[in-house]
Amino acid sequence: MKKSLEEINAIRKKMRNELDLRINDNPSCRERHILVCNGTGCTSSKSPKIMERLNELIKEKNIDNVRVVRTGCFGLCSKGPIIIVRPEDTFYSLVKIEDCDEIINSHIIEGKIVDRLLCKDISVGKVNKLDELPFYKKQKRIVLKNCGVIDPENIDEYIAFDGYKALEKVITSMSQDEVIDEISKSGLRGRGGAGFPTGKKWSFVKVEPDGQKYVVCNADEGDPGAFMDRSVLEGDPHTILEAMTIAGYAVGANQGYIYVRAEYPIAVKRLEIAIKQAREYGLLGKGIFGTDFDFDIDIRLGAGAFVCGEETALLESIEGKRGQPRLKPPYPAHSGLWGCPTLINNVETYANITQIILNGAEWYSSIGTETSKGTKVFALGGNVNNVGLVEVPMGTTLREIIFDIGGGIPNKREFKAAQTGGPSGGCIPKQYLDTQIDYESLKSIGSMMGSGGLIVMDDTKCMVNIAKFYLEFTVSESCGKCTPCRIGTKRMLEILTKICDGLGTEEDIERLNDLAKGIVKSSVCGLGQTAPNPVLSTMKYFMDEYLEHVNDHKCRAKECKSLTQIVIDPEKCKGCDLCKKACPVGAISGEKAQVHTINQEKCIKCRSCLQTCPFKAIN
Amino acid sequence: MANACENCAEKRLIEETRELLSKHEKRRDSLIKILEEVQVKYGYIPKVCQLEISDYLDMPLAEIYGVITFYSRFSLEPKGKYNVAVCLGTACFVKGSKEILEGAKEKLGINEGETTKDGKFSIDTTRCVGACGLAPVFTINDEVYGNATVKKMNEVLDEYMNKE
Repeated sequence: MKKSLEEINAIRKKMRNELDLRINDNPSCRERHILVCNGTGCTSSKSPKIMERLNELIKEKNIDNVRVVRTGCFGLCSKGPIIIVRPEDTFYSLVKIEDCDEIINSHIIEGKIVDRLLCKDISVGKVNKLDELPFYKKQKRIVLKNCGVIDPENIDEYIAFDGYKALEKVITSMSQDEVIDEISKSGLRGRGGAGFPTGKKWSFVKVEPDGQKYVVCNADEGDPGAFMDRSVLEGDPHTILEAMTIAGYAVGANQGYIYVRAEYPIAVKRLEIAIKQAREYGLLGKGIFGTDFDFDIDIRLGAGAFVCGEETALLESIEGKRGQPRLKPPYPAHSGLWGCPTLINNVETYANITQIILNGAEWYSSIGTETSKGTKVFALGGNVNNVGLVEVPMGTTLREIIFDIGGGIPNKREFKAAQTGGPSGGCIPKQYLDTQIDYESLKSIGSMMGSGGLIVMDDTKCMVNIAKFYLEFTVSESCGKCTPCRIGTKRMLEILTKICDGLGTEEDIERLNDLAKGIVKSSVCGLGQTAPNPVLSTMKYFMDEYLEHVNDHKCRAKECKSLTQIVIDPEKCKGCDLCKKACPVGAISGEKAQVHTINQEKCIKCRSCLQTCPFKAIN
Repeated sequence: MANACENCAEKRLIEETRELLSKHEKRRDSLIKILEEVQVKYGYIPKVCQLEISDYLDMPLAEIYGVITFYSRFSLEPKGKYNVAVCLGTACFVKGSKEILEGAKEKLGINEGETTKDGKFSIDTTRCVGACGLAPVFTINDEVYGNATVKKMNEVLDEYMNKE
């Protein structure tokens, strides 16, 4: 049923009351909400089954003051599945289905917290509440405001926390120019990576002559190891719909498309549900809020091509073609989808819009640095203790993110590098840990903001091998349209493979450098232009490792197999002869019960001996 | 007899495809959505289906082939009953997913992109399934296995080998 403005406001008032315990501590509250993370990470470790079990128990035991709620990602993915009990905010981590009984019996019925399930932090130990975790202390949640708070499949819960209020404000009291002006003044820049001022982009589409225009949301998050956009779509899909509708109003479009990866089944499902609900309420469709403004949104699935994250390739793909980038200009703002003016923004960019409209440009621009306003969401992963989703104000340092929020490097290893920007970005070494993160500062040290993947690497990682890993990715994802990217990256990969195999020379390094610079200058699209970045940045900061590979035939991280020697530790070897039998080339010698040795000239580094040794004497 | 049966199967495939197509608008931008549905339904995109799509959307078969081969989600060959996909996203890579992939290849005796002779297993690599907190991960069909080691993968594969 279509809802009038008054009805929406009535829903908001009623639901806000009901859900107050989600965000406010209220010791006298009789009700309990058990929030269960249903993001992809926790879902992978069976959180939906946990929800089922909790519901079963509540029914069995006739408990009437408890509600089990499906939510989006809480952020601390490495501790999943996570359950939070509100209003006391108890944070249970690594919960198993078997633990549900105890949570219900002890916590819910007897009021006793289940101590053994409390989250253990690497530095402060066990904590009771979410906000006592160092992981959350330096974070500021604007984009992820609703993630982990509301049920993403229930529009009423979204409405409760000021949902669709920004749309109401825009449609009933602001002109198109006022909306664009507000976004411009906020200083918001594109979160897809390049950082183009959002307000400017909107105004380019707005000034095009009236007629068919489109609004597109780029949710083709292809950067391996990045999951920010997915988490927003899974945890708070309505905020994207609302922001796209606002954008449609501002630029004069009546149709929107969300281009989302088919590899994100949960995000796709929740978007579908959200669109259906919004249509039912009349928040999408004809005559929104009784005005003559029409806007609708459809989903288009991406089918696994990294290059489709490039805006013009994405448009080609929406049109049902191979996702190959177009030559620019014309830019999409002038000639985009089916030749019509098209506004394309990234998920995270849209996720900022409603907050800017509601709280004002001044508030937003007070957060962040001189040139980069607001917050940035990072998918923190790799060799770091707290893997997960992190939202911090621009200007936070890498050290704060990795060590204060991320809890540092596991297994007492040393920090070696942080990789931002995925295959388009670079590796940042130790000496820049105190760099304040914003678009300009990351660029100046040879990396880029990118969409927000932040991979931490410890000293067991070979930087040449990492560069090779990224090049393998770009080679397989190059669309083939332009020669520098199609053939150039392939040649770069060949050289890197040669170096990792111990067959490289110093001339190879030089050639690699020339090739990289050439590809940056001559490729058609962003993918090609940035593809050499992982190589250029590792060459800049870790040249000693490249030289070691070619001159000393040594890989200090012992990742490049051809360059590592397999040796037997005489202290641990018991002379059991198993390795000798396992060796396919007869490289191992030694009498039974005597220390064995490996003939390095014969050894083919197949590691068979390593796997058979019962005493871990070979490495 | 065998021929007759093949014809039956093909006829059924055509009918099913036509039914699936009837739910889509005859516009070229429907193509990727249609291919996605066919891929999910059969695990690959059979040539008969491609011909039907070509008729329905009035597009050359070559163009459809071009789109299928461009996107990694679409496959021209049937995958195994159990598709083992090892995540090679960066977060998994730095935690050693390459070793997992090598382990799977060794265990099943096939390379990535291949299917075992009995049609039971195939190996793929994927880019980030989104469970970075559980890195390294691999999936078998829709099931996600986190904090993987070669040993753990071998155990899991043994279980599947004993299954039908």
